[in-house]
Amino acid sequence: MREMTGAECTVRLLERQGITIISGIPGGANLPLYDALSRSKQIKHILARHEQGAGFIAQGMARTTGKPAVCLATSGPGATNIVTAIADAKLDSVPLVCITGQVPTPLIGTDAFQEVDTYGMSIPITKHNFLVRSAQELLTVIPEAFRLAASGRPGPVLVDIPRDVQLEHIAVDDLPAPAVADAPPVVSDTDIATAAEMINRAARPVLWVGGGVVAAQADAICKNLAETASMPVTMTLMGLSVIPRDHELNIGMLGMHAERYTNMAMEGCDLIVAAGVRFDDRATGKVNEFCPNAKVIHIDIDHCELDKLRSVSLGILGDIHDVFSKLLPKIETKPRKEWIGYISALKSAFPPHSPSESGFESPQKFIRLVGELSDNSTIVTTDVGKHQMWTAQSYPFTGGRQWLTSGGLGTMGFGLPVAIGAALAAPDKKVICFSGDGSILMNMQELATAVEHNVDVTVVLFNNQCLGLVHQQQELFFEGNCFSSEYPIALDYVAILRGFGWHVCDLAENCSEEIVKQALATEGPCLIHMPVSREEKVLPMVPPGAANRVMIGGDTNG
Amino acid sequence: MANHAHTVLDILVNNHPGVMAHVTGLFSRRAFNVEAILCLPVADTSTSRIWLLVNEDGRLDQMMRQMRKLQDVYEVTASAEHTKVFADLASVMSSESNQSMAG
Repeated sequence: MREMTGAECTVRLLERQGITIISGIPGGANLPLYDALSRSKQIKHILARHEQGAGFIAQGMARTTGKPAVCLATSGPGATNIVTAIADAKLDSVPLVCITGQVPTPLIGTDAFQEVDTYGMSIPITKHNFLVRSAQELLTVIPEAFRLAASGRPGPVLVDIPRDVQLEHIAVDDLPAPAVADAPPVVSDTDIATAAEMINRAARPVLWVGGGVVAAQADAICKNLAETASMPVTMTLMGLSVIPRDHELNIGMLGMHAERYTNMAMEGCDLIVAAGVRFDDRATGKVNEFCPNAKVIHIDIDHCELDKLRSVSLGILGDIHDVFSKLLPKIETKPRKEWIGYISALKSAFPPHSPSESGFESPQKFIRLVGELSDNSTIVTTDVGKHQMWTAQSYPFTGGRQWLTSGGLGTMGFGLPVAIGAALAAPDKKVICFSGDGSILMNMQELATAVEHNVDVTVVLFNNQCLGLVHQQQELFFEGNCFSSEYPIALDYVAILRGFGWHVCDLAENCSEEIVKQALATEGPCLIHMPVSREEKVLPMVPPGAANRVMIGGDTNG
Repeated sequence: MANHAHTVLDILVNNHPGVMAHVTGLFSRRAFNVEAILCLPVADTSTSRIWLLVNEDGRLDQMMRQMRKLQDVYEVTASAEHTKVFADLASVMSSESNQSMAG
């Protein structure tokens, strides 16, 4: 029997859960928690400069390890600031446990100082949420939060703890055992047999993989399956790192910014094996015109995704690694020469826009160069915009959890704090954040956090002095009325980042492979500044709302 | 209310604050109107039964799946037969309001 406060109890439970790093910002309503945290020998606290930064630092850790990461915020503005990072985690199925301070229980509902209805506000953007009403409840709520965040389809869980509950003394006999994720659903043998038969019979199958394959750590077995069946593989934005960029069966990302030949190959397939994807509109285009002649096998851990947007021939509920392992021995080795030949012909007729060579002539070639000069274990993060799509089209991924991007919510400001979190979680790896001048400003305060912890993060900043992808859509779809998307004043990013204490490398002044190599070899926070013309577009492109066969531009790789 | 085919969603949930918001949030985010709500605690009061009178709609199946995913929801079924209960309640309510206006 030990007496402790709710705050101490929370910290003990986090330690037992194996947490070693927490990001956050203290404030009035979570000070008891911070006081208890100061005495933890196991947990290191990363003081962010904005709660959204704290949320994304935790996301960086969670996306890198696949395990729930923890972030802290105080009540009111602390909670509202962290909401974007939580919503982002929900849409990309990232396991997070966010603990917010709340005004004392007797003041809840009185419009107290820094009071906001965090519980109500977080309902639609979390997998589950709790408002803790007594210190005793923490003993069940904290482990439950971790169990929920990690089980099935991962996601964020929010725990709101009023200040008086943090201070309440309780006697604890034994702390509960750390929570573990639930076992995945059992896959039926009949479903496996049916799926294997459908794949074996198909003349023109395509394997379509997404973030769920990364979450299930099924990239290696996915490659095996594709090779055995000679099944070309297309990826959503979230699944890009599943198959190495230059693998012969990799036919690239599908959808809005796909290569022409990729979307055309999809039109021609007779079977889609969709694994860990959610038929997002950026991938399918107009969904009722998406591969209308193909049968679909949809494998997902979330039963809500099956039949959500497209009725499928076979829905398999289960863990993708488990399903692929059971499927693989039943798949016949087939060359499928005709189908592979057809796709090669498409590829020759409509050459990919993504470069096969590196260089300085275009942002895409430069991204490929950075990738070639980097270790295969490098983790890549991006912000949101043109640079994100260029990176998606060009970076030579090699596999695993090396690609961290905001897919569902599309949050500008994601890249830098996520890179910091990734570097903290994997201190032996280099992290490269590709960003743009629109995005970097949105969480720029975390440049200070990066320096404080000397994380090995290189920011490659493409500077086109505008909100690039907005600018492009205004040019293409609003008769060139580029309203409010250009920045009239050129900021001196090199001076700004130097002011934060970053190493800097300005390719506007000097540009050579040697200089880039040196910058990438720099340990600790380093900026590579790359000026880019506003005219550089992301092509080809499917207009929003159109079918994937309707593509603008990019007929040649000119 | 009479122009549409109605059904009733019968939902067994934990009886604690916030559960109703989780359930009804699935409707409000889709701009899907809930016509009537009935909620009573069950037996030992640790659980409650919510009846929602809603229009028949192609989206209901997906919403029932999403509901089953909520941590505080145990069971969801749809039953058109229960609509009669709401019709009876409607007549009780209208006679109540007539009386109070008369009083």
